[in-house]
Amino acid sequence: MTCTEFISLLDDLIDNSAASSIRAEIEAHMHECEHCEVVFNTTRKTIEIYRSHDIYELPNDLRERLHSAIMTRCKKGC
Amino acid sequence: MSTIQSIAEENEQHPDVALVERVRGGDVSAYDELVRKYERQIFRIAQHITQNREDAEDVMQDAFLKAYEKLDQFQGNAKFYTWLVRIAVNESLMRLRKRRTGKMVSIDEDLETEEGTVPRDLADWAPDPEQNYNQSELAEILRKTIQGLPQGFRVVFALRDVEGLSTEETAETLGLSVPAVKSRLLRARLQLRERLSRYFKKKTGQAVPQEAGLN
Repeated sequence: MTCTEFISLLDDLIDNSAASSIRAEIEAHMHECEHCEVVFNTTRKTIEIYRSHDIYELPNDLRERLHSAIMTRCKKGC
Repeated sequence: MSTIQSIAEENEQHPDVALVERVRGGDVSAYDELVRKYERQIFRIAQHITQNREDAEDVMQDAFLKAYEKLDQFQGNAKFYTWLVRIAVNESLMRLRKRRTGKMVSIDEDLETEEGTVPRDLADWAPDPEQNYNQSELAEILRKTIQGLPQGFRVVFALRDVEGLSTEETAETLGLSVPAVKSRLLRARLQLRERLSRYFKKKTGQAVPQEAGLN
């Protein structure tokens, strides 16, 4: 497997959606290729960081204000 | 997944369906529950697309009001959340169009970039690299980095990876094919990784030697 082929299958590896035969090939490549291992680990970490940090947090006071505005209009039939 | 398990899951009603039924029956408090359940996600999605706090506030309100008005059109076999997300995505794009004085805005724009799928920065990251920044610095880095992505990649990454929609749901929500979502997701992930490397890689002296590239 080349690095280009590895990259094209990277998402399947990250999302656990690769067929087991392909998965074995991908993992074998990663054991031999330090760079692809880095790309895999850092891409997985990228996703994990974005998932675990809410970069657009809705502050509670704003949330309450918007929530009330929505419900007031719904109660009036919008 | 076993057949028995999948049949059981198909028959199991999503709790939102019961809430939607109550709203349709005139119980507004059930809608209160639905709004409370999803308001953070809808606000976040609107921010990802509009990149503007005021717009995101408007989109969030408009999306919930529109969903309420159109609840009769909601098909019980679809997930209420993905249906709501689709409304929010459309509202966000409309809001962008207004800002750009009527210029068409679509999730297909800015995709010509050739910055694509060949990783260039191959240095390993520090262990727990986010620990090197305080919360507000980190949030700023993450915002700045994702804002640099083309719109059509950013929205796919936001729905699929941040909000946890499946590939199929993301495709349906955005009106894209599944292969298009997969292709954009891979490029989005790799571009974000590349850009974050600048902040997160091991300091000089710890880096992996880079004399050999990818084959």
